[in-house]
This record gives sequence, C-alpha cells and structure tokens, in this order.
Amino acid sequence: MTATEQHIDQDLFPILEKVSDPEIPVLSIMEMGVVRSAVIENNIVKVQITPTYSGCPAMDVIGDDIQKALSDAGYTSEIELILAPAWTTDWITPKGRKALEAYGIAAPLDEEADKAVLLNGKRIVQCTNCSSQNTRMISQFGSTACKAQFQCDDCQEPFDYFKCLK
Amino acid sequence: MKENLYKYILGIADNSLILGQRLGELCGHGPNLETDIACTNISLDLFGQVRSYYQYAAKIKGENATEDDIAFLRKEREYLNVLLVEQPNTDFAYTITRQFLFDVYHFLFLTELQKSHDMTLAAIAKKSIKEVSYHRRFSSDWMKRLGDGTEESKQRIQDALDALWTYTDELFHQTEADKIIVSENIGVDVTTLKQLYYTEVETILSEATLEVPESKWFQKGGKDGIHTEHMGYLLSDLQYMQRTYPNMEW
Repeated sequence: MTATEQHIDQDLFPILEKVSDPEIPVLSIMEMGVVRSAVIENNIVKVQITPTYSGCPAMDVIGDDIQKALSDAGYTSEIELILAPAWTTDWITPKGRKALEAYGIAAPLDEEADKAVLLNGKRIVQCTNCSSQNTRMISQFGSTACKAQFQCDDCQEPFDYFKCLK
Repeated sequence: MKENLYKYILGIADNSLILGQRLGELCGHGPNLETDIACTNISLDLFGQVRSYYQYAAKIKGENATEDDIAFLRKEREYLNVLLVEQPNTDFAYTITRQFLFDVYHFLFLTELQKSHDMTLAAIAKKSIKEVSYHRRFSSDWMKRLGDGTEESKQRIQDALDALWTYTDELFHQTEADKIIVSENIGVDVTTLKQLYYTEVETILSEATLEVPESKWFQKGGKDGIHTEHMGYLLSDLQYMQRTYPNMEW
C-alpha cells in the first residue's frame, strides 16, 4: 500500500482534472494531490487516492465523483484509499495554490514559516483580500480540519489559512 | 483469527473512539465558537483514525465483520479504552486537561508505532501523528492559558488536573495481549514511554504555573474492559441508533 510518487495515465489526466474538491470547488483533485495513481489494467481503471486528513469527510464524495467522471468517459473503475505515504501540503501544485488564494484561502507557507506563525504569532500570512501581511490567527482550527482561522488587521477581512502539513 | 492482534488494535482504536465521542458531545455546546470548532475538529481527526483501525480489525476478524459492528455493537466490557478518555466533559477545564493528558501520550505512542513491523499500523501511525501533533499543541496552549490566567481559571484547571491525574498511570499498563504483540515487534512497549511522558507533562504544567499532583494512587481497568460508571451512559448515547434501528445506514 505504498505509492512513493504519482503515477497517472496520460489518457486519464484530463478526466480526473475535471473532478473538483467538494469542500473547495475551485480546486481540482489533481491540483490538490490526493490522486496518487490512476492506471488502466484489463479495461478497469484503478485509482488510488489518499486523504488530506484521516477524518476528511470529502473522501467518500471524491471517490464517488471520480467513478462517475470515469464512467461518463466510458471507463469502469475501482477506487482504493491508501494511507502511505501520508499526504502533505507540498503535493498541492503551484496552480492549485493560486486557485486557493483566488478563492480566499491563504496557501500554506513552508514548515518553518508556518511554525513561526502558529507558535509565535509572526505576521507573515498574506491577507487574501488586500495582500497585507498584518494578519493574526484567531483560531487554530477553521471551517475544516485542514485550515486555521485568520483575520487581517488592515482591512479586517477574516479568512482561512491552509495549514502546512508535513 | 489473530486474536491478540485484534485486541491490540481495539486497545488503540477504542481510545480514539471514546475520546472522539466525548469531544463530539461539545458540538454546539463549546464555551465559544473557536473552541467548539476545535473540539469537533479534533473529534473528526480521531474518528478518521478510528475508521482506519477498525477497518483493519474487521479484516482480521473476518466473519463479514464491519467497522460499524466493531464501533457500535460491542458490550461495555468489550471496549478496551483507558479510563481517562471516558471521563465526562464536566467543564472546559476537565475537557482540556483530559485532552492534554491524552495528547502527550498519544504523540509519544504514535512516534513509536510508526516503527511497527505491521505495515498497516505503521501507515496509520504516520498519517495520524501529523494530526495529533496539532492536537497536542492546542491542548498544551490551553493548559498554559488557563493555568497562567485568572485566579478562577487557575483553580479550576488545577482541580481538573488533581481529579484526572489518577488515570494517567494506566496509559503505561500492558495487557497480556499487548505483551505478546510487543514481543512480535508489532506493538509499542508503553512502559518505556512512562518517564518521558511525565517529564513532558511536568514541563508544560510548570510553564502553566500549575502544581504536579502528589497523589500516587492510580486507577486502572479500562484496558481489561472494566470501566468507570460513566462508560455505560456514553455507550448508550453512542450506540442508540444502531440498537434502535439495527443495520441502519446513512
């Protein structure tokens, strides 16, 4: 049950890219990095997905959405949920990070900067509304397990920050 | 069936299930919106971890067992969680202290479980530890904030600590099944974590300006299925839907 790197069949890529994350609809599951492999074996597409967080309620929906998208394209598929290697925010693609920001969710900083923000209250998370870095954490947990709640002290906008997960 | 491994997995998973259930009770009842969301988010992480463990346990059990049967249809004495996690929420000081005393243990435990020779358990541990490090940070912060807060908050968190301390030693108790699984390099020898645990706990308590309880009398029994009086009430709530409408699904 390991998949050290992503292995996606090129024919399947355009289909999978159209499946969006149910919690963050602007983001495709490919940009999120939750699809670890998708290969065609004996006319069946075998897809391995990995959860962002153990309790992520979106995983069942993602599995169903993938099967539907593949079925619409004429493929029968099997979905397997794998835990190792564990998902990390590093797997969110540059395009995915841009989509997050445009949607109003600050993309994860690197591990060290993330710690400085969450542990020492350093003001470096950029406000998704006005781009100011004069922001502070108001709650370690946000609207979903993967996010923390922030507020901008310049424009007062409250926004989500996607926590760094390594 | 591998009886000892099955029991060993339940021993780990039941802690997360029962603590998750306790935290879930706070959904909509937390002291403020942020802590309400935090407690339910932690609960969700724990339930996610539980599902991975129970799916694995169901596979080992065979006989068409499912993760839901294991979660919802056992009798009280078949749950193998430690007594600490079943203690009631009482007030926010109790909720946070219970969380803190468990999180420090949970992190140390998963650190070791990552090295298990059982690939499934190692994978679950690697996934879970990222979440648990965040839980530990949250509960430690609150210990400091309440301990080093007002006279009232300090008194109440100290009271909670004094009351729950008696359940800490059980975390390092081993059942016969545990010992066998440890000898097979699958399980974690929790006795080796004890000293480190108390050192870490005492460091945070000292930052929180709290007194380490002096009591040397410790309760145990949960790991052998003998629970405190609170467990039956918790289970009646947890199991209500499956007992009332057998085999119901969402």
